[in-house]
Amino acid sequence: MTLTATQANPAPAILPGNGGMRGALSDLFWRRPQFLLLLMLLPPVLWLGIVYIGSLFALLLQSFFSIDEFSGLINRQFTLKTYGDLLQAANLDIILRTVTMAALVTLASAIIAFPIAYYAARYARGRWKALFYLGAMLPLWSSYLVKIYAWKLILAKEGILTWLLAKLHLLWLLDGWLSLPVVGGNSLSVSSTGTFIVFVYVWLPFMILPVQAALERVPGNLVEASSDLGASPGQTFRNVLFPLALPGIVAGSIFTFSLTLGDYIIPQIIGTSRLFIGQAVYSQQGTAGNIPLAAAFTVVPIVIMGFYLWGAKRMGAFDAL
Amino acid sequence: MTSAVSFQKVSRHFGAVRAVDAVDLDIAPGEFFAMLGPSGSGKTTCLRLIAGFEQPTAGSISIFGERAEGVPPYRRNVNTVFQDYALFPHLNVLDNVAYGLMVKGVGKPERRKAAEEALSLVRLPGYGARRPGQLSGGQRQRVALARALVNQPKVLLLDEPLGALDLKLRENMQEELKSLQKALGITFVFVTHDQGEALSMADRVAVFNEGRIMQIGTPEDIYQRPKTRFVADFVGSSNVLPPDFVQRYSGQRRWGSLRPESIRIGRAAKGDGVAARLVSTNYLGATTRLALDADGLRLHAIVPAGAKLPREGETVVLTFNREHLHLMDEPS
Repeated sequence: MTLTATQANPAPAILPGNGGMRGALSDLFWRRPQFLLLLMLLPPVLWLGIVYIGSLFALLLQSFFSIDEFSGLINRQFTLKTYGDLLQAANLDIILRTVTMAALVTLASAIIAFPIAYYAARYARGRWKALFYLGAMLPLWSSYLVKIYAWKLILAKEGILTWLLAKLHLLWLLDGWLSLPVVGGNSLSVSSTGTFIVFVYVWLPFMILPVQAALERVPGNLVEASSDLGASPGQTFRNVLFPLALPGIVAGSIFTFSLTLGDYIIPQIIGTSRLFIGQAVYSQQGTAGNIPLAAAFTVVPIVIMGFYLWGAKRMGAFDAL
Repeated sequence: MTSAVSFQKVSRHFGAVRAVDAVDLDIAPGEFFAMLGPSGSGKTTCLRLIAGFEQPTAGSISIFGERAEGVPPYRRNVNTVFQDYALFPHLNVLDNVAYGLMVKGVGKPERRKAAEEALSLVRLPGYGARRPGQLSGGQRQRVALARALVNQPKVLLLDEPLGALDLKLRENMQEELKSLQKALGITFVFVTHDQGEALSMADRVAVFNEGRIMQIGTPEDIYQRPKTRFVADFVGSSNVLPPDFVQRYSGQRRWGSLRPESIRIGRAAKGDGVAARLVSTNYLGATTRLALDADGLRLHAIVPAGAKLPREGETVVLTFNREHLHLMDEPS
């Protein structure tokens, strides 16, 4: 096509509308963008407000009811009796065990995820980057249960890990570790250490991806600038990289921490017979039929996450956002 | 006297790309040195070699007489003002400026005082509590300058520091940088693709092309006596004249250059003028730039505003003083 002088162009300066419903709607949306916004947001807001948050509140409301110990019926009068039950030593033990596990899993995930995320954000290009995403997400494509049972076999006394350590003449190390109280047991698959390993394995992608996204946004020249100003690599990590990656680490830790707090399948299949919060909720609402106590147990992770986020904000974790 | 920065046959290759190719360079202490060239000419790589972000593939670099190959950036008493400033977004202005002192272990009251002083030096006193995101481009540029200067570097490297500023601000900063450099006596190495900037600020200019230095000299040298066609063309868009043309006026068969402002425009043919057709006129305010076609040779002339101009398409006669015709070293 050749360009012609404007005088020769017969097209009008203002084009006619498209006509029909769609044309009228387009014009309306252009003139009133807030109308379009409302139309787009209404369904998800309704879903989030009623189906999602609403049902959660209905559940939490249950925690203020109590159970009649003789009849097993729920007494629908507001009381703090259930929370009193929650604070019994046996239940506090469950909470403490779960929170400690969640904290350790989060810490280990962060330590393992950071170098991987750093490599992916800083160095990986093209094919290697695709490989990174594939590697980080591939475990998420297979069934959660299959992965956990696979780990049970890996960690079992007759499993490949024991075999490998025997070949390396390191069995004494495993036996020494398993003879320790709390973390030990008959084999890795029935010890807290096993539970910990599987938790870290299963939740690791949820830490890697947000940390990688945070590091990706750190301009490379900030690292150079820090080095230029005399900071050793360690100082650059502490003063520049870590503070700027912190929002990503916090985002990742919200996943790893809250997913560990709520999970009831991994500790049931791998680990000791001692309960975690998720298992307590499962048994209270199921076999025990104590819905109020189950509801009170679910409040615990919510409160802990609330305090965690508040603390993280106070520490300035979101300043770099 | 030892040079502030000395390159001996320094090369930096990235695979098959020779970003810097056997460059020799000596920068004197206290000098304001500009590296000028188009993008991809190797000037920024040279700067990064001095800073330590790159290591030479071959050759040796010394900074104030000390060998610098294999020395990491954090052990070089050299600081950089980055092209996009690279201020730390999570720190306020004062902590940004004090960063270099902080990592060196200077106490808090002392480094705060030094940072305040550096901020006054760049005329931003009292801005310490702000975040980099709250500053304008010009202010960020000053903070980056203060952050580098507070360390009292032996050499200050500036990577196109004025590139992102608007014209007025750029002119102000040019003057300020120059007077700052005079007052502090620090060696400045300045990378730019703007020939006006290089000529107006630097004591000496190195013109880069394709990883090599085409010419090093004072701004006047570079502007008046370019050695190669590239330099003549890149610095101030001289008219590059082919050997045939030059031979008619100087008797020597070599490439020549003629500054556009040396050409006079006349109407009648007299003497040995060059007949040319006026192709277009560009009004530039103080001057007007004319594009001319002399029998296939494209020439530019600059005439002061107010001069009576021929119309586009008219044939005019160009004259010039033969002394203004500069012969280049480059063989024909």
